[in-house]
Amino acid sequence: MSNKNSGSLSVLLNGIIKENPVLVLILGTCPTLAMTKNASTALGMGLSVLVVLLCSNVAISLLRKLIPETVRIPCYIVIIAGFVTIVEMIIHAFLPDLYSTMGVFLKLITVNCIILGRAEMFASKSSVGRSALDGIGMGAGFTLAIFSISVVREVLGAASFMGNEIPFLSEYAIKFFVEAPGGMLVYGLAIAAIYKLTNGKFPKKKSFSCEGCPSASLCHMGGECCESEANAVKEENTDAC
Amino acid sequence: MLANFIVILTSAVLINNYVLRQFLGICPFLGVSKKLDQSVGMGISVTLVMIIATAATWPIQYFILDAFGLGYMQTIVFILIIAALVQMIELLLKKFIPSLHKGLGVYLPLITTNCAVLGVTINNITDGYGFLESLVSSLGCGLGFMLAMVLFSGLRSRIDETAIPKCFRGLACTLIAASFISLAFFGFDGLAETVGQALA
Repeated sequence: MSNKNSGSLSVLLNGIIKENPVLVLILGTCPTLAMTKNASTALGMGLSVLVVLLCSNVAISLLRKLIPETVRIPCYIVIIAGFVTIVEMIIHAFLPDLYSTMGVFLKLITVNCIILGRAEMFASKSSVGRSALDGIGMGAGFTLAIFSISVVREVLGAASFMGNEIPFLSEYAIKFFVEAPGGMLVYGLAIAAIYKLTNGKFPKKKSFSCEGCPSASLCHMGGECCESEANAVKEENTDAC
Repeated sequence: MLANFIVILTSAVLINNYVLRQFLGICPFLGVSKKLDQSVGMGISVTLVMIIATAATWPIQYFILDAFGLGYMQTIVFILIIAALVQMIELLLKKFIPSLHKGLGVYLPLITTNCAVLGVTINNITDGYGFLESLVSSLGCGLGFMLAMVLFSGLRSRIDETAIPKCFRGLACTLIAASFISLAFFGFDGLAETVGQALA
């Protein structure tokens, strides 16, 4: 997490590059896999998340002194669910095609861990302006990541781009990539590529850490759900004592 | 009636498997599937919560939300019910069945924000299932989730012992392995129809 003194620009860029929610923090995996069959759906999902994230960050930051510590998670969830409902109604009214392709995943933005994670980690501790910037940055990072994954999947799997067929490729479409397993494969390769490109500088530190997990404060697993085996061993030893 | 239930069940467990085909509940699938006992614990907890959540949300949707024209409140109401239910189940288990709480308690808080649970309650309404059908479908989705977790924990323990390139270690390799399991599940396509015909 960026420290309190860092400038506005770094707050904004943080989400896009250094702490990209999809490729570095590995949050919000469900929509990343499900909504990347084609580029226009991914763009719609990304922008919906951006709007919800921006609104919820601002609202939670404004209310941060009013929300009691003990019931903060349910409060955040209600605020987020409210904004999700607004976005859902707008999309239903103006973009009915997108609404039907996104299906249940539009409603499931409510439980997207990026949004709850940012509320818990950033908006509840920061000023309104910085929370808004963080929301935009994280939302843009999410949009960018799922858009890139979706372009790869759509071009390889359906030989088209945003629904428009690419003429000379159409005979070579590999259907595997638009099906479920293709999504996991491309996402896995993307994470590996980012790790390789950054020499493991960012992912190594943050790879699936409890820090980014919205349930961290409630969770009794003590990091056991993370990659660190050490915690599990430690826990077993204390149990034995 | 029974044939219909069996078709819904097979379809939910094998064909439209929530984790491997519909990408719901990926976070716990990747996070908690390291060991077999954890996978089973998480699977049982998710199945239980899914069934109880469906039993609570289905009547509320039809007798309160639809009856008063409040359909647009679905997301807010459902997530609140699930959050409250999970808390209640945890408290009840702690009070009355401490041994079970010791086994499953750690997984419960993680389930509140599990999109598979909210997903199954919403999908049951969208698919227009009746009350019993909804319960069967939730049971199937939960069992499917558990099946995927258990299968995958076996695979992961093998992956851990293999020398793989550094950049693929951890989540990247896990996702690629999940991709192959998902591919294997394509073999079940069309099974529901066959079962349905055989029973009819």
